[in-house]
Amino acid sequence: MYPRNFTMAFLEIKDVCKGYGPTGRRSEVLHNINLEIEQGEFVAIVGYSGAGKTTLISMLAGLIATDPGTIRLEGNLIREPGHDRGVVFQNYSLLPWKSVFGNIYLAVDQVFQNWTKAKKIEHTERYIDLVNLTPARDKKPSELSGGMRQRVALARALAIEPHILLMDEPLSALDALTRATLQDEIVRVWEREKKTVVLITNDVDEGILLADRIIPLSHGPKATLGPSIEVDLARPRSRKAINHDPRFQRIRNQVIGYLLGSGKKPRPKPLAAPVPNLEPMGVAV
Amino acid sequence: MSEWKFKLDWLALPLLGLGVVVVIWVVSSYTWAKQLPSPEKTWEVSKLYVVEPFTKRGEQDQGILRFAWYSVILVAKGYSLALLLGVPLGFLLGSSKLFTKTFDPIFQILRPVSPLAWLPLGLVLFQKSEPAALFTIAICAMWPTVLNTAAGVRSIPQDYLNVARVLKLSRTRTLFSVLLPAALPNMFTGFRLSLGMAWLVIVAVEMLTGAAGVGGFLWQEYNSNIFEHIILCIVTIGLIGFALDRLMNLVETNLHRVLT
Repeated sequence: MYPRNFTMAFLEIKDVCKGYGPTGRRSEVLHNINLEIEQGEFVAIVGYSGAGKTTLISMLAGLIATDPGTIRLEGNLIREPGHDRGVVFQNYSLLPWKSVFGNIYLAVDQVFQNWTKAKKIEHTERYIDLVNLTPARDKKPSELSGGMRQRVALARALAIEPHILLMDEPLSALDALTRATLQDEIVRVWEREKKTVVLITNDVDEGILLADRIIPLSHGPKATLGPSIEVDLARPRSRKAINHDPRFQRIRNQVIGYLLGSGKKPRPKPLAAPVPNLEPMGVAV
Repeated sequence: MSEWKFKLDWLALPLLGLGVVVVIWVVSSYTWAKQLPSPEKTWEVSKLYVVEPFTKRGEQDQGILRFAWYSVILVAKGYSLALLLGVPLGFLLGSSKLFTKTFDPIFQILRPVSPLAWLPLGLVLFQKSEPAALFTIAICAMWPTVLNTAAGVRSIPQDYLNVARVLKLSRTRTLFSVLLPAALPNMFTGFRLSLGMAWLVIVAVEMLTGAAGVGGFLWQEYNSNIFEHIILCIVTIGLIGFALDRLMNLVETNLHRVLT
């Protein structure tokens, strides 16, 4: 059916646009998005707040439809949410009346319906352990810190054993130190689980630290993806070391250069100032 | 100091308020309202009904709590019916724009109709007084539940709905694992207000149908010119209504603790 299937990327976004509003006064948020991601790749999409990053990830998750354009995961057209995709939302999206265990178990129970109860419980506990939350197993989200909540959300997304992990600014609500810890945790989990990851972020440094490839999203309306920039820094990457690495500086300048040049509107956003050195890294510029 | 303040707030001041009302009552009964029984007279005439609250001496002559118990039973039935009707209606109103556009205007018109107006219709529809009473209680008491459930459903954060969609939860699962718990705090406010409403309605209904209960007793004693018992009934109705509200409040507070 698809003759190109052999060469088709793991995730393929093709000519995707998305607009809101009634015909005639419709404003296009995303315009001609094209992206191919290989299996096991960690890709970061970096852009301004309000550029349409959440719209993009919602389309990947299948929560909203593309206007024109197609998104294929492993050759299958994405039309609706599916268990092949795990999603981590910006604001945790945990159910406050369920414990850490309960939140993750809800997902496990839904996805692995034909497992025995014991197996589902064991599986849930394994993922609680993966994000180091076993001591907080029976706590409610309100009793957890922001970082812990986002770890629960991460565990919930991973526990359904998705083929791809979609993260929508997962760390943007956290303070700098917690953010740094969580970044390390995401890398650790990614290396262990060997998942394909799409991370949406507004923090260039975070993208460079975590991803194999970083793609800037120009600011809206009609936001579109810029050129892919390989992050050819060896792993494990140390925050401290890469700060002085000339390749890091080069990638950073490339991304920021694109973001600054992509629109005429002078918006002094956090990304706007290309500060040469910063330490600690986690602090958003 | 703080303990003293506590006693002032919770004991002394409420007692003072009670005292003021009793003084007004006494003065009134000796001056401009000679028909109004004085407190001592009220107690004298009511004593038997209070000290033997559950004795049944005859169909029309029973302890006050026995009468109240009949009323509570009737309210419980009517209130259950109100919740059974009100919760699904509230869910529809909260989740469907089409349903809201279609039915909200008529609901707004039916909502302020007094129980006294519904009861005759109930009698016409059901011929008997008990189903008519239940009909009246249900239709009057359900509105707070309907509106608060709808508000609760409308205010469910999009995040929770996204979780349900991303995990592809089934409709029943979404309802019971996400929608219901998320809307429950609001719903419970509705439940509490509905119970208050049901208790208001019961007295009117009993008076009109002559059913055995605290409201029926009140009306019967009015017709027999035993005005002391009217006061006894008013006090009883008030105390039980207060107790029911406290009870619901307690449940509500605990529920909030469990859900958040």
